[in-house]
Amino acid sequence: MTLAETITQLRAAGEAAIASAPTVAELERIRVELLGRRAELPNLLRGVAKLPPQERSAVGRAANEARRALEAQLEQRTAVLAGAELDARLERDRVDITLPGDPAPALGRLHLITQTRREIEDVFIGLGYRIAEGPEVETVYYNFDALNHEPTHPARAWTDTFYIADQVLLRTHTSPMQVRSMERQRPPIYIIVPGRVYRRDNDLTHTPQFHQIEGLAIDEQITLSDLKGTLLHFARAIFGEQREIRLRPHFFPFTEPSVEVDVSCFNCTAGTDANGERCSICKGTGWLEILGSGMVDPNVLAHVASNGYDPERVQGFAFGMGIERIAMLKHGISDLRLLYDNDLRFLEQF
Amino acid sequence: MRVPLEWLHDYVDPAMDVQSLADRLALSGTAVERIEHHGVPSTDNFVVGRVLTRVKHPNADRLSLCTVDVGAGEPSQIVCGAPNVTAGLTVAVARPGAVLPDGSVLRSAKLRGLESQGMILSERELQISGEHNGIMVLGAGSGSGSEDGTGADAAGRSGALAPGTPLAQVLSIATDVLVLEITPNRPDCLGIYGVAREVAACTGAALKPPPWVDDPGSLGALSGIEIERTAPAMLCPRFTARIFEHVKVGESPLWLKARLMACGQRPVSNVVDITNYVMLATGQPMHAFDYDRVAGARLRVRTARAGEQVQTLDGQTRTLDEQMVVIEDADGPTSIAGVMGGARSEVHAGTTRVLSEAASWSGPNIQRTSLALALRSEASGRFEKGLQVEQTLRAQALTSRLMTRLCSASVRAGTLDIGGPGPAPRTIRLRDARTERLLGVTVPRARARRHLEAIGFTATDAPDGLDVSVPDFRRADVTREADLIEEVARLDGLERLPATLPSAGNHVGVLTALQRQRRRAVDALAAQGLLEVIGWSFTGPEQARKLRLLDAGSPVTLANPLSSEQSQLRTRLFGSLLDIAQRNRARGAGAIAIFESGAVYRSKFKPSPERLPQEPQHLAALLCGPLRAPSWREQSPPTHDFFSAKGVLDGLFAALGIRWELGQRGGRFLHPGRSVQVLVAGEPVGWVGELHPSVAAEWDFSDTLAGFEIELSALPLPAVPRYSEIGSFPAVREDLAVVVAEPVSAAQVLDVVRNAGSPLLAGADIFDVYRDSERLGQGVKSLALRLSYRAADRTLTDEEVAARRARITRALEQRLEGRVRTGESGAGAAPDAQRGEKGRDRE
Repeated sequence: MTLAETITQLRAAGEAAIASAPTVAELERIRVELLGRRAELPNLLRGVAKLPPQERSAVGRAANEARRALEAQLEQRTAVLAGAELDARLERDRVDITLPGDPAPALGRLHLITQTRREIEDVFIGLGYRIAEGPEVETVYYNFDALNHEPTHPARAWTDTFYIADQVLLRTHTSPMQVRSMERQRPPIYIIVPGRVYRRDNDLTHTPQFHQIEGLAIDEQITLSDLKGTLLHFARAIFGEQREIRLRPHFFPFTEPSVEVDVSCFNCTAGTDANGERCSICKGTGWLEILGSGMVDPNVLAHVASNGYDPERVQGFAFGMGIERIAMLKHGISDLRLLYDNDLRFLEQF
Repeated sequence: MRVPLEWLHDYVDPAMDVQSLADRLALSGTAVERIEHHGVPSTDNFVVGRVLTRVKHPNADRLSLCTVDVGAGEPSQIVCGAPNVTAGLTVAVARPGAVLPDGSVLRSAKLRGLESQGMILSERELQISGEHNGIMVLGAGSGSGSEDGTGADAAGRSGALAPGTPLAQVLSIATDVLVLEITPNRPDCLGIYGVAREVAACTGAALKPPPWVDDPGSLGALSGIEIERTAPAMLCPRFTARIFEHVKVGESPLWLKARLMACGQRPVSNVVDITNYVMLATGQPMHAFDYDRVAGARLRVRTARAGEQVQTLDGQTRTLDEQMVVIEDADGPTSIAGVMGGARSEVHAGTTRVLSEAASWSGPNIQRTSLALALRSEASGRFEKGLQVEQTLRAQALTSRLMTRLCSASVRAGTLDIGGPGPAPRTIRLRDARTERLLGVTVPRARARRHLEAIGFTATDAPDGLDVSVPDFRRADVTREADLIEEVARLDGLERLPATLPSAGNHVGVLTALQRQRRRAVDALAAQGLLEVIGWSFTGPEQARKLRLLDAGSPVTLANPLSSEQSQLRTRLFGSLLDIAQRNRARGAGAIAIFESGAVYRSKFKPSPERLPQEPQHLAALLCGPLRAPSWREQSPPTHDFFSAKGVLDGLFAALGIRWELGQRGGRFLHPGRSVQVLVAGEPVGWVGELHPSVAAEWDFSDTLAGFEIELSALPLPAVPRYSEIGSFPAVREDLAVVVAEPVSAAQVLDVVRNAGSPLLAGADIFDVYRDSERLGQGVKSLALRLSYRAADRTLTDEEVAARRARITRALEQRLEGRVRTGESGAGAAPDAQRGEKGRDRE
């Protein structure tokens, strides 16, 4: 048998063995047998140098070709078998996919009052307002006197307002920042004032502490129509684009004209809900009272006239709303006290 | 303020349903609290009847068996329980099918075996009065009349009381009642006629002349009574009186009783009812004295003496002070001015002469008196709103009309009048341009004028608008141009206003750096899984005791707290976090991770307008229970402790871009070995740690409570972060185990390592702490550190890293007497350098 024939035979036998090897391990054994250190084919290659020169190149080429072909076939078969073996192993590696996943990391949340406050703040920042904050322990001057409250106004009574000292109280609204802000900044002024306020009430619908957002806009040409447009924009941003508002004349000591503002109920059509029942949110009226407002009374501006607030030259509007009320309306919360109970199961809902 | 429509219609009839009227009022400034119905729900089946026969019920001593002519058809057989039923009476009958005010439907029924086809009605059954001792008898003086008496008395019209006549035609047995909320600036609407004026103005309906225009009395001197006012005129601006003679005290007519009832007042007797009726109609309270019981026929209006006692109509003895005003006769005080009359000179069944008083009192002083005595009346409620002096004579005029008509009285000539009318009407210029500038819409001058005249103002043309004269009943409320503009705006209809926005050119909205920082801080805590809570600003001494606060930090104290535990303002947030945690734990919450952001209040001085308390913003968190929810893969997750709180605080400061350090140990309410002050820029800004177990126990916690509280407003504002080169050359990572004595802190070790490793050492973290007295020895611990070395400009060689490691090892030995362990695996890992970013998983 010539060398060439031996090579051909070795190659054929190798190819057959590779093709029939059932596992990756068997392929490895075949690789060692065919191409390993002591196998015949590599030995032949190593012996090429001893051949007569005219035979060397043909035998060398044939042996090399045979080795490369076997290597390629081994590689290809190994890949096929390894893939099949991996698939088989993964088939056996099944988990009970119905077991629960790991608990999600706790989702922290801001309190609903904070969320609502921010939502409102952002509406007014978009309208060009800045946020001013003032002291909660306030003077009688800023809380009542400068806001045109009569000396005998009932809200001043010790039964209604918390006092710290003779002329010092817990502010009953965020309105004292009107005059404080105007003392600090010449017109124009566009601010909102969020914050805690206090009234000496504690029953089903009142807590001694609650939150308000005051708004104040003073400029040369601000009109009652501008108040209406601003609050319409606000109402739609908070309660939905379909909302309308209506202004009802009212009385507040520090605005003239004064209006209360209702937003059309988001839960019903003119007082009748989707089930044809009387709407439980607006009590069938189709309107929800959301805030008090008005054109800033000239008497209030008079307190800061020397800082550029001449009532004949500048004018503007103010409004004040309860954050709790907005949050309760929007989220269907019937009991104010839930907001201060801080039950985790409540907090997690928003 | 209750306004029965049946009464209102005497003065104005807007010819619209009650809901539309309520809407019109609400949108023009008179708030409608609700609409009520007074009397029977439906007037069907209520008729006039005449008792034809009456015999005793055969089976019951107290019942009568009547036949009653009810108009059409056969007379009805009706069983009646009233003692006064008798043949010949004209009565009110409810026929089967009638619905009574309580909603029950009347049916034919057998009473003690005999059929009763309806019911003969008492006044109470029709809500005309509280009277239920007998049936209501219809006749002269009853009927649907009213104060003017024109054609109103049913009996005055022949045949009007014919049996079968619908009862509603002769008597008001059903009316809607508007319940109004009158704002404090509109005391003129505390009377029905004042409301009628508003109704006319906002609906366009015609307003009839006021009920006081025809006055049977006269002005001028009044004989027979002397009245002296020694109280300051400010407290009693006007006092008027008239005298009525030949008064017949008796029952009021049904129409008047029905109106009082619809307004929520019980009829008493005609004289008393008239004073109440006049008050409801005009807004001006009245008082009727029995003239013959006014001792000495003289009255004096004076301020009370401190401690003086007066017995009021309700039988109570009241103790007065020097600011209150009394009216006294020769025998002493008879009433507390403006609040309540006295029993001594009350009108009674035998009264024949009446002195009627209509006075004006200082609103604030009545309010004060009423509050101090805890005594409120319909009268005081009106006076405290500030009534105008002109109202007194209007009330006297209407009183005179009703006294003469309903009590057969005659008015003695003259009116006693102390104080007289008020100042002449004020005239205010209303500029067209000003109206437009304030409202943003043009209201034509003629229309503005029409609105103003509809509510009793008079206007004359001026070059640039109107000169408007203010009627006396709006004197206190309308004093400036802006007030007139409000009247024009509300009557012109605010729905006409366009919705515009202020020009946006000169103002931009933006958060301040401080506001952004506060938002970022709370967002950072929420991002770490904490829930924000909002606690009370109020606290009290008990909480301070539980928190072991010796000096609670100069708290601000309330002068009029709701309770002792709400008597101070909080000086820290942690107390309310504990309260909230306790409540949630009691409801079964195992894991609690909450925080609050808010002000605390401190004052080293007694607060005054010049020195208000400080209100720094704080941020506090409380953590308790498992770090994560347990699961089938991790049955018992670790629980919150000092290190979890420290980790949350680290996260917070990382979000704020602020470096912080450890200070001295924390306060007395904290675990002494597991708490520490938080320093920023060397200054204490708060604490982090575990609560002292005894303090936790005060809030019923037996497990570990951890948390922190920092003063947010003491932190520096965040700097703008600057980019630092990430570097493209790989880091070399290795682990290092160092054994040090127990007292040596991790921070000391890290400090030494970082100093010695600088500048190539890019990171050093502790990933294990290991103690083993057998292998390591007593009183020592092994800290495992993960180090990474990196240079910005090259790949480090093994030699460079080895040199750096040697420096670190030497520094640990020299500075901390530390020993770097080699050749061991596990918690005390041996040096194990690896090249490249792959790093090495902890074993």
